[in-house]
Amino acid sequence: MTVDFNIMVGGEAGQGVQSVGAILSKAFARGGLDVFADQDYESRVRGGHNFFRIRAKTDGLPAISLELDMLVALNKETIDLHANELKPGGVIIYDAEQTKFKAEGSVYFDVSFVRLAEEKVQNKLMSNTVAVGAALGLINYDFNLLSAVLEQEFSRHGDKTVKDNITAARTGYDFAREHGKTFNIPEIRLPAQIKRRLLLNGNEALSLGAMAAGCKFVAGYPMTPSSPILEYIADKGRQYGVVMMHVEDEISAMNMAVGAGFTGVRAMVATSGGGFALMVEGLALAGMTETPVVVVLGQRPGPATGLPTRTEQAELFFALHAGHGEFPRAVLAPANAADAFYAAVKAFNLAEKYQTPVLILTDHHLASSYATVDLFDLTKVEIDRGALLSDEAVKNLTDYKRHAVTASGVSPRALPGQGKALVVTDSDEHDEAGHMIEDAATRNQQVDKRLRKRDGLQREITAPEFIEADGAAVTLIGWGSTYGAIREAAALLEKDGKSVNTLHFRQIWPFPSEAVSAALKKAKKNIVVEGNATAQLAQLIRRETGYQVDATILKYDGRPFSPSEIVDRLNGEVKAW
Amino acid sequence: MVTVKDYTSDVPIAWCPGCGNFGILQAVKKALVDLNLEPHQILFVSGIGQAPKLPHYTRGNVFNGLHGRTLPAATGAKIANHNLTVIGIDGDGGAYGEGVQHLLAAARRNVNLTYLVHNNQVYGLTKGQASPTSDLGFVSKTTPLGSGQPLNPMMLALASDASFLARGFSGDIDHLAGLIKAGVTHRGFALIDILQNCVSFNHINTFAWYKQRVYKVEEGYNPADKTAALLKAQEWGDKIPIGIIYKQERPVYEDLLPQLKDMPLVKQLINPIKIEALMEEFV
Repeated sequence: MTVDFNIMVGGEAGQGVQSVGAILSKAFARGGLDVFADQDYESRVRGGHNFFRIRAKTDGLPAISLELDMLVALNKETIDLHANELKPGGVIIYDAEQTKFKAEGSVYFDVSFVRLAEEKVQNKLMSNTVAVGAALGLINYDFNLLSAVLEQEFSRHGDKTVKDNITAARTGYDFAREHGKTFNIPEIRLPAQIKRRLLLNGNEALSLGAMAAGCKFVAGYPMTPSSPILEYIADKGRQYGVVMMHVEDEISAMNMAVGAGFTGVRAMVATSGGGFALMVEGLALAGMTETPVVVVLGQRPGPATGLPTRTEQAELFFALHAGHGEFPRAVLAPANAADAFYAAVKAFNLAEKYQTPVLILTDHHLASSYATVDLFDLTKVEIDRGALLSDEAVKNLTDYKRHAVTASGVSPRALPGQGKALVVTDSDEHDEAGHMIEDAATRNQQVDKRLRKRDGLQREITAPEFIEADGAAVTLIGWGSTYGAIREAAALLEKDGKSVNTLHFRQIWPFPSEAVSAALKKAKKNIVVEGNATAQLAQLIRRETGYQVDATILKYDGRPFSPSEIVDRLNGEVKAW
Repeated sequence: MVTVKDYTSDVPIAWCPGCGNFGILQAVKKALVDLNLEPHQILFVSGIGQAPKLPHYTRGNVFNGLHGRTLPAATGAKIANHNLTVIGIDGDGGAYGEGVQHLLAAARRNVNLTYLVHNNQVYGLTKGQASPTSDLGFVSKTTPLGSGQPLNPMMLALASDASFLARGFSGDIDHLAGLIKAGVTHRGFALIDILQNCVSFNHINTFAWYKQRVYKVEEGYNPADKTAALLKAQEWGDKIPIGIIYKQERPVYEDLLPQLKDMPLVKQLINPIKIEALMEEFV
């Protein structure tokens, strides 16, 4: 049986929207459902309007839906803004007493969250837990799953808090069972077999990937959407031998990471476009000094400060071209949380193998949306430090040349203090030994050496995933976090008798031209779907393959694509299927 | 036994004859020999300018990075391997202009680094423009109306709680070598501002100008006294103090990191990292 249940919790910043959403998400995940939950919030700490939208389903695709089965309104504004998103048969749960607003209509279910909390546990702070209970009661969800989640969430606050929260949830649950019978919400049947899975967001997956990969040093300056990476590693790094430094600015963060990378530890920075703009000179420094460094660029709408808490994919060109001068790089663009984990591992390996910067392009939607994923396969985490010399080899090395010219362009790498070898590098053009030079021949030799590393990098890049459908007239092309929405759009179209192929990039640079050219020949129409205003991927495809795509579906309002939006806009583009 | 020969480089020197940098280079070598440190134990980190070329003219590990970004690169390197003796080298442009925010942060943070700033009150590499420490009214191609109020690096460092602050003069090599030794052995961030003549572009603050004005801080001067240091740091003009201006003992940044307790980060095995327990937190 397929499930596709979409519930939104809305309220002001500070009302606990996030914690209600997190508890509901966990309860669904524990029931074996695929959860995808995105958050929409404003750049403020109190007030305004926030929502947490959870989709519990069975097809595994990480995508939002704009049509709600249930709306949990912690304030009146939530009703004003979202009542029109309700599907026929949907329910709005709210507290008339608290919002001082009595709604008329058969879709409204008035539950006195606050009064029930005060009556049952003498604590109105637990009104949100009453709301959670009511929502799950209405769909007759397994209460034991909820109570287990509450126990886990609140155990650090002591037994009484756990007990009271469970009582509060039970109160809301029972109230809904008793008084909500008139609502006709279909019950959710849980899968018979429940797999142990993770529920995490892109930032968390990426942080875990970095730690698994042996990242030892992170420097940063907080910036949405990447701050949680810095916070997670600052916290967990204490036990796992990773140092996170919160520093004066992103210029410093990048140069610190390069200094740490040169000295021999796996180093990373995590920021957004504005912070990355400040890091760009340091990126070129890493390219010139052939220093491994990993950069997480979590995109949000620009230019400048843009829409700080929203999403966009407008920094593809920025990631590809950032830095003065010419140097090799790799750009990875994970499509979902699981990808983000493995992309981090790959990024550190590529950075060390090719002694050059590697960028991981995420965006707010991927970074902050929660998804259920299979436990990461840690046996797949292999650490490849490339041409790093052993301590034994370096011990008595006296004429070491950090930038020795080789066929692959990769020089054997010794570390300062590893042995007798003196490791010298320079942001000026330098000779093999790392000392600055002015002569043309050495300049050419070093430029050629550095750029030869592109050939190796090119071989490492995984081609975009091409999923062909029988008799498809259209190929939808995307990159990064739009994967779930595009795949679900393809499934919706399929049901409608319209088959489409999808071509999705998870790794973008060096550009996999051959695979892309081959895929583009398959359908009559190639249509790029991306979250920016200038069709950057479409332009890149043109530049790298000569193919001009037939149409573009672009979005730059700061909101993520929904599958139905893609379908609607595609139907506008394609008249004859 | 380390000798000055160990610190002799065969890279040809690109400085102007008579440049104050030669004296500073000699003092650096002398200090490191006196400390019996071998070149492979040293990491020089420098930026861009005439002064930051210094590491190429001696021997050691060298990261010659970007203009103004010496301290961040040096900090990253030191945290990665705190067994290295890390010495940053910049001119007044990189240290007090382009990268001044890093100086404040490094002083506050107190990572165990030594930072040598060759201060000739003018830009040499870019040919003679005013620097943040140029005298008031210094006329140059970019400041035809004369440069503005000079920055006082000593006051700035004190305000940022630098735990070691000294001033030296390129014309007094032995004294300067002593300051560098004291800076390197000091646990914490050490700023050594080094007055230096520029024969090509600063015809006001010449070797003779400095020579006439510098004096060693008096016997009995107590560098642990911050109030005295604040007064000393403001002396400029007819008499300019050289020596250790301020010194305090406080925890270095590395001491606060449990991650560095057993061994430097770079020595820690990274294969494989067991993150199973962390992953369980998301189940």
